[in-house]
Amino acid sequence: MIRARGIEKRYGRRRALAPVDLDVPRDAFLLVTGANGSGKTTLLRLLAGLAAPTRGSLDVGVDRARLGFLAHEPLVYRELTGVENLELFGRLYRVPERRERIGMLLERFGLWEARNERVSAFSRGMTQRLALCRALLHGPELLVLDEPYTALDEQGADLLDRALDELVGTRTFVVSTHEPKRVERLATARLALG
Amino acid sequence: MGVALVLALLVAPEDADQGISQRIFYIHVPIALTAYFCFGLGAWKALMLLWRGDSRYDLESYVAVHQGTIFGALTLITGSIWAKASWGVWWTWSSNQLVLFLVLFLFYCAYFMLRFSIEPGPRRERSSAVYALFGVVLIPVSFLAIRLAEDFIHPTVFTREGPQMTGTMFAAFCVSWAAVTLLAYVLYRVELLGKRLDVDLRELREALQ
Amino acid sequence: MSYLADVAALTRKDLRVELRARDTLPAMLLFVLSTLVVFHFALPEGAGDDAAYGLLWVAIVFTALLGLARAWVPEQEHGVLDGLVLAPCDRSAIWLGKTLATLAFLLAAQVVAIPAFVLFFAPLDATALAGVLLANVGICAVGSLMAAMAAAGRARELLLPLLLLPLAIPLVVGGMGAAISPDGGRFLLFLALYDAVFAVLSWASFEYVVTE
Repeated sequence: MIRARGIEKRYGRRRALAPVDLDVPRDAFLLVTGANGSGKTTLLRLLAGLAAPTRGSLDVGVDRARLGFLAHEPLVYRELTGVENLELFGRLYRVPERRERIGMLLERFGLWEARNERVSAFSRGMTQRLALCRALLHGPELLVLDEPYTALDEQGADLLDRALDELVGTRTFVVSTHEPKRVERLATARLALG
Repeated sequence: MGVALVLALLVAPEDADQGISQRIFYIHVPIALTAYFCFGLGAWKALMLLWRGDSRYDLESYVAVHQGTIFGALTLITGSIWAKASWGVWWTWSSNQLVLFLVLFLFYCAYFMLRFSIEPGPRRERSSAVYALFGVVLIPVSFLAIRLAEDFIHPTVFTREGPQMTGTMFAAFCVSWAAVTLLAYVLYRVELLGKRLDVDLRELREALQ
Repeated sequence: MSYLADVAALTRKDLRVELRARDTLPAMLLFVLSTLVVFHFALPEGAGDDAAYGLLWVAIVFTALLGLARAWVPEQEHGVLDGLVLAPCDRSAIWLGKTLATLAFLLAAQVVAIPAFVLFFAPLDATALAGVLLANVGICAVGSLMAAMAAAGRARELLLPLLLLPLAIPLVVGGMGAAISPDGGRFLLFLALYDAVFAVLSWASFEYVVTE
């Protein structure tokens, strides 16, 4: 599904990602590890399509509509409620049966009670959980998750574990993390950067 | 080669022999035209950058805009001298060309502020390119606006005169124009080369580390 | 048309965010009123209506700048802009949604400012008001784009006025002409031309400004 040859990213003088080759087949789970500054985030942004490689060729087999991305930042509006955020992205992603799906996800990640509260009132863990809902909302074929466990509380981490267990094998995953142990068992391939 | 033609530039007004006012004219107008051309070139390269996505165009666009701004500043200076020589004032709002250049000068100065506030990379290249395109569209729109503004804002006190030119004077003018254009071209190539060398040198250094 | 549905969703989102945060619009209202009062003291005796119209246009441009400076702030918190860029919708829809919302805020501020101006200074006829409306479109269209460009760099609050003011000059000319010239129609036509040209340019360029 993903094919990359010698992809590299520079910002002027600064090199954010050294050349990388990748072959990720459909339904694989690629675990990306590396120290801070090794380019994990840059690589994932390239795969998500938020940036284009300075050099090399990159072919990601899905378009934006079927790609879900979890960044370091939650990518949700502070002044909107959980439901309103998902409603907006649900519209933009043309999610069928939007209401039901939003309800299901909010419940799945333990945010149903807080659904009408503004994100500014959420805890960090809750915000990250909402970000996960946003990434999963449109049922993407490719999930690119940048350190998903970082901001999660214990409850959230368990919920994510469960969600991953369910989805693994039916979707393609590229996950970067500081703590590989948590997702080791799911990984079908590994990439160490830096 | 550039030096030879700059000399020719100085000789031509001597031939014209009409006094400071006319001499400045021979420099002022070509400089203005060259500035327009540079901005146009900058916008063209910018378009190429956005269309083709090749980073080389970014540097070319930047250098063209840079040259254009320098020549724009020279236009304002020579225009001011001309105004002083012709009408006794250092500035007049009734010269549409001068006012237009003032607006453009402000616009393109902001180009550099924009460019140097963004980290090097595709973001900077693209934003600079879009801004350069806006600039070139602004030229005719501003000109139209200034013409319209003549009505009510600044009554035309001085008549806008282009000197009537005889054959030889026209020839002198053309030589001058060619000289200035060539000067601009030389400066453009020199600056572009210099910047490219910087980039290459840096890459070489990194490769050796 | 799903494009328009996207735009509508985005505009609604901006209106909703402002309704909750309630920082931009009150600031714009207060700013424009304070500016008008300052102008009273800045205008010498017997300055005439024309001078007052000039100051009106300065007030409009700077109020718009105030609003535009905050335009993309909700998208910068929590990095939401990336989220919008990732969505399958056309990126220009993001620009259009933002422009329409900013336009709404500017109009809301003017609903108070224009009557205040008429009260404090001079009357405004239909042509003058049409000029204001047309200029609003131009300012918001170009301003949204410039604000997005400025947001990518440092010192964004300083940068936006520098980027926008030269582009606003033709709008001020158009607006002034509409207000004081006997042949105001010509100026309205000019404003419409500006709007058409620069709105299309902004619409088409936005994609390049937010992607790498």
